[in-house]
Amino acid sequence: MFKFIFDIDTWQEIFEGIRKNKLRTGITIFGVMWGVFLLVALLGLARGFENFFSKQFGDLATNSVFVWAQSTGKPFKGYQTGRTIRLKSSDVVAIRNNIDGLEFVVPRNQTQSQVIRGLKTVDSGIFGDFPILDKVEKKNLIYGRFINDNDIDERKKVCVLDEESYKQLFEIDEFPIGVYIKINSINYQVIGVYKPFNMGGGPQGGIHIPFSTFQQIYNQGDNIGWMMITGKPDYEIAQIEMDVKLLLKNLHQVDPEDERAFGSFNLGNAFKQFTGFLTGIQFLTWFVGIATLIAGVFAIGNILLITVKERTQEIGIRRALGAKPIEIKQQIVLESVFLTSIAGALGIIFGGVLLFYIDNLDGVQSGVVPLVNPTVNIPIVLFAVLLLIVLGTLIGLIPAHIATSIKPIDALRDE
Amino acid sequence: MGKSSLHVLKGLDLEIKEGEFISIMGASGSGKSTLLNILGLLDTHDAGTYHLNDQIIENLNEKKAAILRNKFLGFIFQSFNLITYKNALENVALPLYYQGMKRSERNKKAMQYLDNVGLKDWAHHLPNELSGGQKQRVAVARALVGNPKVILADEPTGALDSETSAGVMKLLRQINDEGMTLIVITHEEDIAEMSDRIIRLKDGVIVSDQKVKKVKVKS
Repeated sequence: MFKFIFDIDTWQEIFEGIRKNKLRTGITIFGVMWGVFLLVALLGLARGFENFFSKQFGDLATNSVFVWAQSTGKPFKGYQTGRTIRLKSSDVVAIRNNIDGLEFVVPRNQTQSQVIRGLKTVDSGIFGDFPILDKVEKKNLIYGRFINDNDIDERKKVCVLDEESYKQLFEIDEFPIGVYIKINSINYQVIGVYKPFNMGGGPQGGIHIPFSTFQQIYNQGDNIGWMMITGKPDYEIAQIEMDVKLLLKNLHQVDPEDERAFGSFNLGNAFKQFTGFLTGIQFLTWFVGIATLIAGVFAIGNILLITVKERTQEIGIRRALGAKPIEIKQQIVLESVFLTSIAGALGIIFGGVLLFYIDNLDGVQSGVVPLVNPTVNIPIVLFAVLLLIVLGTLIGLIPAHIATSIKPIDALRDE
Repeated sequence: MGKSSLHVLKGLDLEIKEGEFISIMGASGSGKSTLLNILGLLDTHDAGTYHLNDQIIENLNEKKAAILRNKFLGFIFQSFNLITYKNALENVALPLYYQGMKRSERNKKAMQYLDNVGLKDWAHHLPNELSGGQKQRVAVARALVGNPKVILADEPTGALDSETSAGVMKLLRQINDEGMTLIVITHEEDIAEMSDRIIRLKDGVIVSDQKVKKVKVKS
C-alpha cells in the first residue's frame, strides 16, 4: 500500500484518468468544494456573530443587578400604601457593609435636560456618576477621560459626552476637550467623549457629570436615583438581588412581602438569555455544517458510483489484462481521495477569501453589521475535510467493490 | 447481467497443445464464446476440470485469476476493447504495468511490439484516431506484450472488412509460426481455414474436431 501510494506510475495512471475525463473531474471537485466552502463560510459567519456579541458584553459586568425605589404596595407599621420611597446615600453604605459577595455598589442619578453650545442644542439624559461606573460599565472613550475622584471632591462642572451628543454639538472631527457647553444654563467643560454600547442593561448613552455636582445642582441632597450592584464572580447575583432588596425594605420600613416598593433588573438573567441565543446559533451552525458534510459525502459516493458505472468496461479490460481487484480498488479510492483533497483545499481557500472580503466590508468595519472577525478554526476545518475524505472513501468503497465483484466478462460486455 | 444460470456448455473434452492454432466455430448460442471465456478465466465453470499449463483451475479467487491472466493469457476482442483515453503505446504497455514493470522499460517493450505489428508511427495516437485494422493490431500487440502462453481471440475479424481481416489473420498466423498458441473464435469459414485445427460446436457440444489441410505454400 505504501509503495503503491508513492509509486510514480500510480500517479501517472491517476493523472491520466483525471486529465482525460475533465468534465467528470470538474463536477466532482466543484461538488465537494461547494460543501467545504459553505461549511467554512457558515462557521466563519457564526463565529463573527458570536464575536460581535462577546464584544458587546465583553466590557460589561454581567454579574450585576440594577435596583431602584418605587412606591409601597402594602401598608406597614402605620404607613399607608403608596408611600414614595427614595434611595439614600446611607443605603449604599448599608448595602456595602451588610451584603456578602459584592464587588461594586454604584449609586447613580439621572435627569433629562437641554444641552446648548452656541446655536446648537440637543436634548439628552444627564447622569450623575462616580468614577467606578467605568469599572462596571466600561466606557469606550474616543476623546479625553472619564470622571475622576478629584472631579467628585471638588464638585467640578465637567462632563463626559456620548458620541451622539458630541455629533450634534460639534463639527465633524472637531476637538471637544476643554470646550464649554451649557446644561440647564450652567457651563460645563467637556473632559471626554465615549461611544455607547449597542446593548446592555439600564439606560445607555447620555451625558455624565460628577455625582457630587449633580446632587448639588439638582438639589438632590442625599437622594439616589438607582444603583448598580455587581457581585463577585463566584456569587450568585440572584441571591444578592434578594438580599439587597430585603435589606432596603428593612431600612425603609417596608413590608418584607411588598413586591412593589423596590424594582430591580438582573443583567445576569438577560445575559443568560443572550448566551442561550448564541448556543442556539452554534447548534444551528453545527447542525447545518454536519448536514453539509453528509451531503458532501453522499455527493462523493454518488459521483464515484457514476464514475465506476461509466468505467465498468474499462475496469473489465484492465481486469482481463491482469489487474488484481485490489489494484482497481486502490486506483478508484486514491483518485477520489486526491480529488476530494484538492476540492477541500479549494473550498477552504474560497471560503477564507469570502470571509476576508466580508470582514473588509464597510458595514462590518463600522459595526453596523453584527459581525466581528468572522474567522474559522483551522483544526476544525481540516478535521471536517479529513472526515469528508474518510467518509467519502468509505462510501466510495461500495462502488469499487461492485466494480470488482462482478465477473470480468460481464464488465467487458457492459456498454 | 442476469443472475439466472443457463447451461451453455454440456460437456466437452478438449486438449489444446502448446503451439497450436485452433479456431472454434459454431452458430450464435453454440457456446463458443462461453468456452473461450472459461479458457480465459473471465468466466467460471461449475462442473468439470480445466487444466491450464498443467495447473488445475478450481476455486480461483479473482486475485489469483488476475495473476494467471496476466501471466499466461492474452486477449483479442471483436470490439478491440482499447482504453479510449490512452494512446496506442499506453494501451499496449498496460499488461506490463500490472506485471509491475518500470515505466521506461515497459514503454520500450511496448514500442517494440507496436513495431512488430507495424504501428510504430501510430504509437502516440488515441484509439479513435486509428482505423479498425490498426486498432486490432494494437490489441494484438497488447495481447502479446506480456509473453503469454495462449492468445484468446473472440471474433478478432468480426468488425473488420475482408481485406483488413486477411491482414489481421496473416499477423496471427505469423505469431503462431513463432510458436504462440492461438485460440480464435470465428463464424467465417475462410478465417477458420487459416488455422491448423477447427473445432465446431453446436448446442454446447463438440460436433467435429478436424485438422486443416495445409494449403499454404511455404515461401
